[in-house]
Amino acid sequence: MDLNFTAEEQSFREEVRSFLRAKLPVEISRKVLGGKRLAKDDFVRWQKLLHAQGWGASGWPATFAGTGWNAVQQHIFDEECADAGAPMQLPFGLKMVAPVIMAFGNPVQQQRFLPRIIDGTDWWCQGYSEPGSGSDLASLKMRAQLVKSADGDHYVVNGQKTWTTLGQYADWIFCLVRTSTEGRQQEGISFLLIDMKTPGIEVRPIIMLDGEHEINEVWFEDVKVPAENLIGEENKGWTYAKFLLGHERTGIAGVGRSKRELKKLKEIARKETSGGRPLIEDQRFRDRIAQVELELMALEITNLRVISAEGEKKRAPGPEASILKVKGSEIQQMLTELKMQALGHYALPYLDEGLAADWSGDPQMPAYADHAPPLSGQYFNVRKTTIYGGSNEIQKNIISQMILGL
Amino acid sequence: MDFNYTEEQLALQDTLRRFIAKDYPFEHRRALAKSADGFDRAAWKTFADFGILALPFPEDFGGLNGNAVDSMLVMEMLGRGLALEPYVSTVVLCGGLIRDAGSAAQKEALLPMTAGGDLMLALAHHEPGARYALDQVATTATAQGEGWQLDGAKAVVLGAPAADKLIVSAMDGKGMSLFLVDARAPGVSLRSYPTQDGARAADVKLAGVQVGAEALIGPAGAALPVIERAIDYASAALCAEAVGIMSALNEVTLEYLKTRKQFGVPIGKFQALQHRMADMVIATEQARSMATLAAVRVDSPDSAERSRAVAAARAYIGTQARLVGQQAVQLHGGMGVVDELNVGHYFKRLTMIGLTFGDADYHLGRFSDTLLAA
Repeated sequence: MDLNFTAEEQSFREEVRSFLRAKLPVEISRKVLGGKRLAKDDFVRWQKLLHAQGWGASGWPATFAGTGWNAVQQHIFDEECADAGAPMQLPFGLKMVAPVIMAFGNPVQQQRFLPRIIDGTDWWCQGYSEPGSGSDLASLKMRAQLVKSADGDHYVVNGQKTWTTLGQYADWIFCLVRTSTEGRQQEGISFLLIDMKTPGIEVRPIIMLDGEHEINEVWFEDVKVPAENLIGEENKGWTYAKFLLGHERTGIAGVGRSKRELKKLKEIARKETSGGRPLIEDQRFRDRIAQVELELMALEITNLRVISAEGEKKRAPGPEASILKVKGSEIQQMLTELKMQALGHYALPYLDEGLAADWSGDPQMPAYADHAPPLSGQYFNVRKTTIYGGSNEIQKNIISQMILGL
Repeated sequence: MDFNYTEEQLALQDTLRRFIAKDYPFEHRRALAKSADGFDRAAWKTFADFGILALPFPEDFGGLNGNAVDSMLVMEMLGRGLALEPYVSTVVLCGGLIRDAGSAAQKEALLPMTAGGDLMLALAHHEPGARYALDQVATTATAQGEGWQLDGAKAVVLGAPAADKLIVSAMDGKGMSLFLVDARAPGVSLRSYPTQDGARAADVKLAGVQVGAEALIGPAGAALPVIERAIDYASAALCAEAVGIMSALNEVTLEYLKTRKQFGVPIGKFQALQHRMADMVIATEQARSMATLAAVRVDSPDSAERSRAVAAARAYIGTQARLVGQQAVQLHGGMGVVDELNVGHYFKRLTMIGLTFGDADYHLGRFSDTLLAA
């Protein structure tokens, strides 16, 4: 039992740090650390820089040009990237569809899609939820009908997906579609890859509580999808989806990002004043910071326990990942709540221009510090974390049923 | 980074697990709690045979040179067994104090006997009115020839009724000092009682107690850091004990949810109960992480790092233990509030741990104040 990193792990951390110092563009990290609005290009540019280093996919095996890092190395990488203010590597391509293509796709699909994910060429989004199918995902209705024809078999897709994160930028969407209405509803679902430029697809924005366009509805009307874009077998999509949900959990706890945000919260609590004294000297507020920090300290170790056990046994992550999701999301929410609360009445102004990278305060509002504009919006935005990815209630169902056998 | 136990640690864990299953079942424990001693002297001898009474001591004094992770393993098992033996008082607290501050002669005289199960010790430090503060001692040590005279009162001294010797803190001219006192010395009087969890403790009065020069443990006037360290050790041990109890409570509660039927189905089919059980599991996993952190960091030579980690673990586990204990009782319904079942006894022990050497609020305050420094 040793909670200290080994010398090799330490030198790996140093390697990551010096790479970040050299290659992470400061105009991007400034936005991330300041909570400013990120553009599509910020994400793509960072992915390309990582790829050039050979670090495009920290969770992929070396056979697919991934780093082949073990779980602890991935954790260190995530932590350092977060601390330095690197944009999050979006999970939809790298961590969601890629492992499914690796496990269940054919060699042609693997060669076609994976290199374009790792090098940042293709932007992927997720087509799972539908208006009538949220937590009860298996009830999904979007229909895909196979049509045989001389110029190649294809599916005709009709229906609607929703909550599609950053779908407005996407080149591709991976969808769960209904290919059969017979038998159990789980047995009529297939896993289909769809080019977003295909005629008949329409993306409609959904504006979230922070006023931002992060999610979308995606409508499909008679969309023709080549049959070769089917992953694995028809009507086996639910199995692949479950694989995906249980896979790649090293990042799910969000420990690195939460550590960065905790640091930020403490900075803010030192800068903000209450009755002329630094807010951090207010015992009631300080105790609340302390309570989140305790949760995070525990989660960091729980996360390492779970991922190192997975690394050793070489087994797919199990339902323990639900524990990480529940705690990780709760911590993110507590942190954003306290950052907002730290602002006092200056949590109220909504200054859209304050989210721009070049905004540097307003002389008319001396107390309205540079750090303030994004914080209330972050609080509203991050209410999503206990809802998405299987709501925390669904996670508790998974714990009760899969870990505990209830 | 390594979360594995060594072969030796796993073997020790297994030995203790089997001992508890076979020789320390709940019914036996219940009877012990009502006996005169309040614990099992035969089990104490067995503990000596297992080596756990020698665990944290240096090899030169009959010890096994174990670290706090070894201690964590032991405490987790003692927690599962709801062991009543004064292990923390004798071995972790007093043994630790003597190991850290005792002279070679004191170690030679005390540690091998403790390791062999022939000597029981109790720390008489906390005082009425001081609550959990470690730096407030009113008991006095007045120089008397070569030795001292001790006068004062000590509150809720755990393990005192069985102790052969007490380690007493007192203020001499220079500051706080520690003295080894025979529990049956003239002037020492004990008001003994059982604790809520079936263990034994006493309020101790010291009136004109005479001790010799050899009774002083460590340098005169410099006992506080030694006591703080020992209490941190004991706190880390209590964290592990709490985690052992929480795991055991989860197991019995889960079993109950699967077997108890109402409305024609096992009550574990109800989502309201499932989610509470899931919360208990999450709390216990997180608590285990914090107990591990405390065990690893309590050995740190950096006292600030040590006490920050221990305060963090105690604050966190205190809160999580309350959740698990209360919910275990609730999910057992009426069976949770009867003396007959082990659930209530686990709950009581967990609750008392949460009030020993500081409650969750006290430790949260300690931790929270470290945020001012950074």
